[in-house]
Amino acid sequence: MIIKVLGSGCANCKKLEDLATKAVGELGITAEVVKVTDIAEIMGYGVMSTPALVIDEQLKVAGRVPAYEDVKRVIQAAVRS
Amino acid sequence: MFDAVGNMFGWLNESLLKMVWLNDLVGRLVEDVLGLSLTSRLGSSIQFFVYDTIKIFVLLSALIFAISYVQSYFPPERTKAILGRFNGVWGMVLGALLGTITPFCSCSSIPLFIGFTSAGLPLGVTFAFLISSPLVDLASVLLLASIFNWTTALAYVVMGLVLAVGGGFVISRLKLERYVEPFVFGTHLADTELPELTRADRFAFAREQVADIVKKVWLYVLIGVGIGALIHGWIPAEFISAVLGDQNPFAVIIATAIGVPMYADIFGTLPIAEALVNKGVGLGTVLSFMMAVTALSLPSLIMLKKVVKLPLLATFFTIVVTGIIIIGYTFNAFGYLFV
Repeated sequence: MIIKVLGSGCANCKKLEDLATKAVGELGITAEVVKVTDIAEIMGYGVMSTPALVIDEQLKVAGRVPAYEDVKRVIQAAVRS
Repeated sequence: MFDAVGNMFGWLNESLLKMVWLNDLVGRLVEDVLGLSLTSRLGSSIQFFVYDTIKIFVLLSALIFAISYVQSYFPPERTKAILGRFNGVWGMVLGALLGTITPFCSCSSIPLFIGFTSAGLPLGVTFAFLISSPLVDLASVLLLASIFNWTTALAYVVMGLVLAVGGGFVISRLKLERYVEPFVFGTHLADTELPELTRADRFAFAREQVADIVKKVWLYVLIGVGIGALIHGWIPAEFISAVLGDQNPFAVIIATAIGVPMYADIFGTLPIAEALVNKGVGLGTVLSFMMAVTALSLPSLIMLKKVVKLPLLATFFTIVVTGIIIIGYTFNAFGYLFV
């Protein structure tokens, strides 16, 4: 599984990246958390408001930093499908 | 019957928005606990500082929460899709209006500019949005109503929207598209369905926004209230009115020139504006000051510089400054009609 955190380097993007990394560790799954900072690539996902979370090329969250439990839930749901 | 409704509304306004009781309570504390007279400089400054700080933080948190909930229905991606369906002046009017409810921080101004422009939105519409977005937001309007009154708040909104639409209109007439960095047109924003938000998501978003914004603006608010308290108690009214008063023909220009390099949130500016109006400065002069502080900020200009070339940036700057000055003088001349 590849989890991408989209954002051009604002504080919130870092926060979301940390949450995703923590969730992956806690769920004990093998997933790579990748940071995407290139604007052209970010916009390729149809996103204007960062940070955003993309799991296996599917846009899951845009324009906000969700609570940790929500990040965990989203990743868990993606593991099951 | 109408009286009852009027009284009811008046009560809501006085006690919830203006919090007159809080001012009285703080005044009582200053007199009884600190033993200072409210007519003394120190006493009235302390009353102003404590009352304004509490009021602004309480209102700010409540308003941001409610407004963020509404905003969660208007992400920039949806705004872009709506704007794409309109042309000409209507596009600019809508751009200015949506600028007031689209949640947007200066850190996403680059993706937003690229997204709007590469989707084929005219420059005028994008700039109408970019001007109105920091200038007029719903929370600041309610705070204005709290500190001054509803007519002033309404006047600020209408003038802010006029500035945004007017600015967009002039930029579109000047045909400045060639001053947009070429890479902007080559970047494609994919059409993706945004993930659907549940009600719990929207509440969570509103809570995060409150925490985020309070964390971002608390210092500005304290500094603003501090300056306001200083003006309130220590700077003589004669000095203020000589520099910014109606008899000085350059008052609006001075207020704008002071405001442009200041970078603060509208919430930090309001207490300064409040203190200035109390000292008899014309409403137009104060509006110009507030608009200059909020509409133009160095960080957002630096951001924009990455996507547009200098001539377009300079035009944008000039139009906004000129517009603010015109609004100030217009208001000083005809403001008595509103207030």
